[in-house]
Amino acid sequence: MNRIDQKFKEDKKLLSLYFSAGFPNLEDTVPILKNLEAAGVDMVEIGLPFSDPLADGPTIQESSTQALRNGMTTEKLFSQLEGIREHVNIPLVLMGYFNPMMQYGIEKFLARCAAVGIDGLIIPDLPVDVYHEQYKTLFDQHGLYNMFLITPQTPENRIRYIDQVSNGFIYMVSSAAVTGAQSTFGNTQTDYFQRIAQMNLTTPTVVGFGISNAATYQAASLHSRGAIIGSAFIKFLEEKGVDKIGKFVRSIRD
Amino acid sequence: MNYNVDEKGYYGDFGGAFIPEMLYPNVAELRESYLKITAEPDFKKEFDALLKEYVGRPTPLYFAKRLSERYNTKIYLKREDLCHTGAHKVNNTIGQILLAKRLGKTRIIAETGAGQHGVATATVCALMGIECIVYMGELDIKRQAPNVARMKMLGAEVRSAQSGSKTLKDATNEAIRDWINNPVNTHYIIGSVVGPHPYPDMVARFQSVISEETKGQLQELEGRDYPDHVIACVGGGSNAAGLYYHYLNDERVNIIAVEAAGKGIDSGESAATSALGKEGIIHGSKTLLMQTPDGQITEPYSISAGLDYPGVGPMHAHLFRTRRAEFISIPDQEAMDWGLTLSQMEGIIPAIETAHAFAALDVRKFGPQEIIVFNCSGRGDKDLDTYIDYFKL
Repeated sequence: MNRIDQKFKEDKKLLSLYFSAGFPNLEDTVPILKNLEAAGVDMVEIGLPFSDPLADGPTIQESSTQALRNGMTTEKLFSQLEGIREHVNIPLVLMGYFNPMMQYGIEKFLARCAAVGIDGLIIPDLPVDVYHEQYKTLFDQHGLYNMFLITPQTPENRIRYIDQVSNGFIYMVSSAAVTGAQSTFGNTQTDYFQRIAQMNLTTPTVVGFGISNAATYQAASLHSRGAIIGSAFIKFLEEKGVDKIGKFVRSIRD
Repeated sequence: MNYNVDEKGYYGDFGGAFIPEMLYPNVAELRESYLKITAEPDFKKEFDALLKEYVGRPTPLYFAKRLSERYNTKIYLKREDLCHTGAHKVNNTIGQILLAKRLGKTRIIAETGAGQHGVATATVCALMGIECIVYMGELDIKRQAPNVARMKMLGAEVRSAQSGSKTLKDATNEAIRDWINNPVNTHYIIGSVVGPHPYPDMVARFQSVISEETKGQLQELEGRDYPDHVIACVGGGSNAAGLYYHYLNDERVNIIAVEAAGKGIDSGESAATSALGKEGIIHGSKTLLMQTPDGQITEPYSISAGLDYPGVGPMHAHLFRTRRAEFISIPDQEAMDWGLTLSQMEGIIPAIETAHAFAALDVRKFGPQEIIVFNCSGRGDKDLDTYIDYFKL
């Protein structure tokens, strides 16, 4: 069974963290993953840096740019992840834009993902229709999941379609926004979380974008299976460093 | 072979809409409505009237006598430089602002590199009384001060793109992010035949007035409505798309696209996408783009700010791959020299982008009876500082 499915069988709200691979330092990838698992995080999104991350806000773009300056490449990331499954058991999701994957070669990219123990991918600029028609078979062959985003503006029939094509989880974007930390959620967001919960989708949902602290984490996971934190975690890594990860995780969960 | 867009938004292998889900509703709304709205008689009437009375169309098709004699061939210039705001860009912004109004949008965003599209967008927003925000790379804001001032004078807000390389591609990223953050009330006026479907086709259709007029004008002047060659410069490719449009499927017409070689194709400072680019995805479109082997988009270079885009519209990528169009690239120096040549032989000071196209005359032989139409896409006023520096005027 895919580690993502296994994780969602656990009877708890999930906490997932995102970081840009190669940031703050090129060789931080493995230490960050180990520390996250030790701190009790349920799942990790590893960001494959891209020069032009359209869906991301300034924090993630800057960390991506820094990671590229540090020398991060697709090949480098795979070599860092080799052997990671000897140390880390939680689900690992690779999140990146489609162009670097195309240049690496999609088949080769997926094969490497599977070989190092990646469980699934999130590719913000690969639309569900194109995935469904052209790439799903290839993902299935490698046992890799592909997760899709929905937003408050996504029409209901499209959410149903995404639910049908998806596996793993559906990534609910909390508001009409690029990634970035917010301190609270308003009524519109809570209404949207409830509306999606009432659709009774077959794929579990996780909320991301704009989650930065215990309050937003709790609000987001009230009507979903959990939440993903990116920008706030990256800021923490930059300020406090890789060794203090446990402190960040406790600040969200406690 | 069909060179127009297909029903899925592709030109052969290129095009499509590789966009984050957050943009799906915006782009879907456009895709479902652009053909319907632009076909409405009321829309056509308003569009045509504005092109005539406000932009100054039809633009002349001018026979360049001295140039024709020197090259022993028949050279015509489609005078888009005479459009209001000084370039063809306004054809598209007029079309898109009318579309935006019909979609009930109350806020316009745009990206700009050299500032020409920004000015053309600010102009139509002033015309319609709609809020306008133009994203421009921090470096370009410094390099193109007069156009920044024009946009401000027209009432637009110019926002500095601080991310990445702080130029056109980053301004485009910022505009796309703005659209993600403002999905309901905002229309994004893209300035070239780039971006996710339906933008390349929509912009090409608005610019197609160029070849539509050329057909009628050639019929009158030459007794046939097609030339032997159409030649235009290509950055993203909107002026070229406009000139080629009605000749795309007419094999009697040879298509020539001129890219900016910058300091030379192998210099590492170039914008010749067809020579240096590989298939990939930029700004929501599958096309040819300049990138590292690892798939990171690289920063192009040309002395003309309007040609230094790391990609090319999907229509042009398709014309290149199928060899329907000949692609040549011209270095800075030759383009600058042509700025001077056209000024002194025909009394027309071209934009540096436009000057690139004319350099095709030195690269390729044309017969004495052949008819060539150049897109004289923009005037050189905006480039005076560059000309002054370069020629020590």
